[in-house]
Amino acid sequence: MSILKLDNLTKNFGGLMAVDHVSFTVKEGEIFGLIGPNGSGKTTIFNLINHYYPVSEGKIYFQGIDITHKKTHEIAQLGIGRTFQKVKPLKRLTVEDNVMAGAFARETTFAGARAVAQDVLKFCHLDDVKNMKAGSLPIGGRKRLEIAKALATRPKLILLDETAAGLNPGELDEAIDIIKKIRDELGITVLIVEHIMKVIMTLSDKIHAIAHGATIAEGTPAEVAKNPLVIESYLGSDYNVENYLNA
Amino acid sequence: MEKEKTKLLKLTKSEYLIFLGAVVLPFIFFDSFYIQGLLIFIMMWVMLGNSWNLLAGYTGQVSFGHAAYFGIGAYAAALPYFHYKISPWWGLLYGGLAAVILGYLLGILVFRLRGPYFALGTLATGEILRLVFGEEEWLTNGHNGILYTTTWVSKYPYYFIALALAILSIISVKIVMKSKAGFYFLSIREDEDAAAALGINTKKYKNISMVISTFWAGTAGAFYMIYMGFIDPEVVFALHNISIITILIGIIGGVGTIWGPAIGAVVMVFVQELFRSAIFGLAPHWVSGLHALIFGLLVIIVILYLPGGIMGDWELLTNKFKFSKRAESSS
Amino acid sequence: MDVFLQSLISGLLIGGLYAIIGIGMTLIMGVLKIINLAHGQILMVAMYVTWVLWKYFGIDPYLSIFITIPFIFVFAEGLSKYLLHPLIEKESILPENQVLMTVGIGMVLVELARFIFTSNYRSIQTSYTDKAWHVAGISFHVPLVIAFVIAIFLTVGLYVLLRRTDLGRSIRATAQDKIAATLMGISSAKITILTYGLGSALDAAAGSLLLPVYYLYPDVGPLFTVKAFVITILGGLGSTVGAIAGGLVLGVAETFGATYISSGYRDAVGLVIFLIVLVFFPGGLKRLTKV
Repeated sequence: MSILKLDNLTKNFGGLMAVDHVSFTVKEGEIFGLIGPNGSGKTTIFNLINHYYPVSEGKIYFQGIDITHKKTHEIAQLGIGRTFQKVKPLKRLTVEDNVMAGAFARETTFAGARAVAQDVLKFCHLDDVKNMKAGSLPIGGRKRLEIAKALATRPKLILLDETAAGLNPGELDEAIDIIKKIRDELGITVLIVEHIMKVIMTLSDKIHAIAHGATIAEGTPAEVAKNPLVIESYLGSDYNVENYLNA
Repeated sequence: MEKEKTKLLKLTKSEYLIFLGAVVLPFIFFDSFYIQGLLIFIMMWVMLGNSWNLLAGYTGQVSFGHAAYFGIGAYAAALPYFHYKISPWWGLLYGGLAAVILGYLLGILVFRLRGPYFALGTLATGEILRLVFGEEEWLTNGHNGILYTTTWVSKYPYYFIALALAILSIISVKIVMKSKAGFYFLSIREDEDAAAALGINTKKYKNISMVISTFWAGTAGAFYMIYMGFIDPEVVFALHNISIITILIGIIGGVGTIWGPAIGAVVMVFVQELFRSAIFGLAPHWVSGLHALIFGLLVIIVILYLPGGIMGDWELLTNKFKFSKRAESSS
Repeated sequence: MDVFLQSLISGLLIGGLYAIIGIGMTLIMGVLKIINLAHGQILMVAMYVTWVLWKYFGIDPYLSIFITIPFIFVFAEGLSKYLLHPLIEKESILPENQVLMTVGIGMVLVELARFIFTSNYRSIQTSYTDKAWHVAGISFHVPLVIAFVIAIFLTVGLYVLLRRTDLGRSIRATAQDKIAATLMGISSAKITILTYGLGSALDAAAGSLLLPVYYLYPDVGPLFTVKAFVITILGGLGSTVGAIAGGLVLGVAETFGATYISSGYRDAVGLVIFLIVLVFFPGGLKRLTKV
C-alpha cells in the first residue's frame, strides 16, 4: 500500500527548474532512498513535501490525501516527520525539552509528553545527555537529536535528510542501526536522502535517482547502482558497485 | 490533569516574600507622595515589561512598537470619557481588549516578517498610530490630548490596583510558560522552521503570545490614563519613552526570565530618579540632566557584560570573582 | 500642474540627501547584517558638529563636511570596534543584541546632545539660506540644490571606491559571503568595523548638508533613524542603487503627502509605504531595478 505518492512534482525557482516532473511512490513499511548529485533537488523535494516551499506543479499524496497545499505544521500533524540536513536544534532548550516539543504534537499533558520523550531519547541513545543544552551537543548527537525530535511527533513516515553526513565510522554504524530500527521496531516508513553510499545501499529497499531535478532511474539498490545513467551522473565512471553492496 | 493544574500555580517562597514586601512598601513611605508615585510607575512598567518579554523574550518576536498597544489601551479608556463621559475606569476592562484586537489585526501584517524585519514592521505600526492619533482631531482631540480629573488624591488605591495588575501579569506569564503553549513559544523563538516541522502551528502560537502580551500592554495604558488623568499621542505612543524603554527594561532585567522585567523596571525607575533628583539633592543641580543618559549607558554596559540581563546572568553577577573557575567548569 | 512639478522637484532634491543617508545604512546592513538604529543619531551628531563649527569658528556648513566626514568616521569606527564588534562572540537570548546595542548608543547620543546643547531648536543663517532660483515658474531652493550636487559627488565617489579599489572589493566580498571572504584572506573583522565608519561618514555628510535647511534639536536623531530604514527597505536591503531610488521615492512621497494630504501626515506617508513594501514586496524596489 502506498503511503506517499509524488505525482509530476515540479518546482520552478524563477526560471530554474529545481525539481522537474518527479513522480515516485513510497510503499508502507519501506526504506526508500533518494539519491542524486549535489544540487540535484533532493532537499528541495523534502521541502516541497512538508511545504516549506509552495509546489509549482504536480501533486503530493499522503495516505491517499492530497497534501500539496497543506501547511507545514498540518503535514507534521498528519504524520510526516522530517529532519534537516543543516540541523536545527532548539539550541537553548535541553535535549529532553527539544524532544518534548515534538511530543506535544500528539500529547497535551506534560506527563504524557515527557513519557514519549523518554522512550524516544532511549531509542536514539540520547538519554544520558538529556539535560544538556541542545546547542552544546557534538555533531553526532545533534544528528540523532534531529531524528529524535521527528520521532517524538509519532510520524507514520519520516524524511531523513543526510542524517549520516559528517559522522565518524562508529557514529555511522550507530546511525544505520537506528534507521533500521525505526522501520523494523517502530514500523515507520522511511524516506531517506543520503550521500554516503554505505548507508543508502545497505538500508534501502528501493532507490530513486535524480539528476538536475529530473528522474534518471528507479529500482533496487543493485539495479540502480548498475544503471549507466546513474553511474555517469553520480557515481563516477570508476565506481565499483560491489564494494558498497558488500560493505 | 488536576495535579498538573496545582503545579502550574506554584509560587516559590521568595516570590511570596516579594509580593508581601510590595504590599508593605507604600506604608513605609507613607509621608512621601513622590516615592509612592514612583512605586506606582514601577508597577506600570512591570506590566509593560512582562507584556514585551512574553512576545520578545519568550517567543522571539522582538517588538519595537509596544507603544501602539499601550497607547490604544490608554485611548480606549479616554475616548468614551471624552465623547460620552463614560468613566475611564471601565478602561481597565476594555483597554486590554482594544489592544488585543489591534494586536491581532497588526499581527496579520507583521507576523509575515521575521527577525529584524519584524522589529522594523512593529516600529512602523507604532509610529503610524502616533501620527494618526495626532492628526484625527475629531476623534482624539489631537495634540491637545484628553484630560480627566483623577478620582483620588491619595496614592494608595492606585498603588494597590497597579500592584495587583502587575502581580497578575507576572503570574499569567508564569502559568503560560509552564504550559504546552509556553513550550511552543520557546520552540518558535529558537527556530521557527524547526518548530513548524514538529507540527507547531507557528502562526497560531505567535498570535496567542501576541494576545496575552497586548492585553497587558493595553491594560497598562488604560491604567496610565486613569492614574495620570491626561494623555496625548506624543506621550502614550512615544517611540522612545514607551516602546524603547520597555525593551531596555527587558534587556536590563533579563530577557526570557520571569522576574527580569520586574527587576528591569525597578532598576530603570530607580536609576532615572536617582539622577533626576540629582542624587537626592546632594549633587549639583546639573546632574539631574543626566538621568536618561546614565540609563542609556547602563543599557550599553549590560549588553556588553551581562548579555542575559540581571536575572539571566545572576550567576555570573554573583560569582564575578570566580570567572576563571566558571570557564574551567564549562569547558 | 505647477504645484505638482514644484512638489516633485522639492521632493527629488531632498531625496538626494535621503539617498546618501540610505546608502550609508545599506552599507552597514549589507556588511554587518544589522539594522543600525543609531543611524539618525549619528547624523544628529554631525549636525551639531557642523553647527558648532559655523557658530564658533564661522566655517561654512558645506566646507565643514571635510571635518565632519573624517570626525564621524573615526567616531563611528570606535563605536563599532568597542561596542558592536565584541557582541559577535557573546551568547544572548535575542539574536538582535547588536541592534539593541545601537538603540543604547542612539539613546546615549541623544541624551548627551540634550545635556550639552539643551533641547532648544538650532538653525543657521547663511547668505544663501533663503535664496531660490526660479526656472519656468518652479523655484529651486539654493541650499537644497547645492546639497543635491554634493550628494551626487559623494555617491559617485563611493561608487568608485566600491568598484575600483581593493578596499571596495573587500567590502563587497564581505557583504556577499563573510566566510568565503575570510578564506580569501580578507580580515572580515577589520572590514566590518571599517564599514560601520564608512556608512556613518556618509550619514555625517548628509547631516552637514541638511543643517542649512533643517532645524536641529536632539530628537532629530530618532526621526532620521526612522527615515533611514524606510529608505533602505524601500530600496531593497543591501542594494546601493536601491537606496538611491528609495531616498528619492521617500523625498517625493513626503512632499506629495504634505501637499496633497496634510502636512501632519508627511511622515506617516513614508511609514505606510514602508510597511506595505516591507510586508508585500520583500525585495523592495530592487526587484524592479534588478540591481
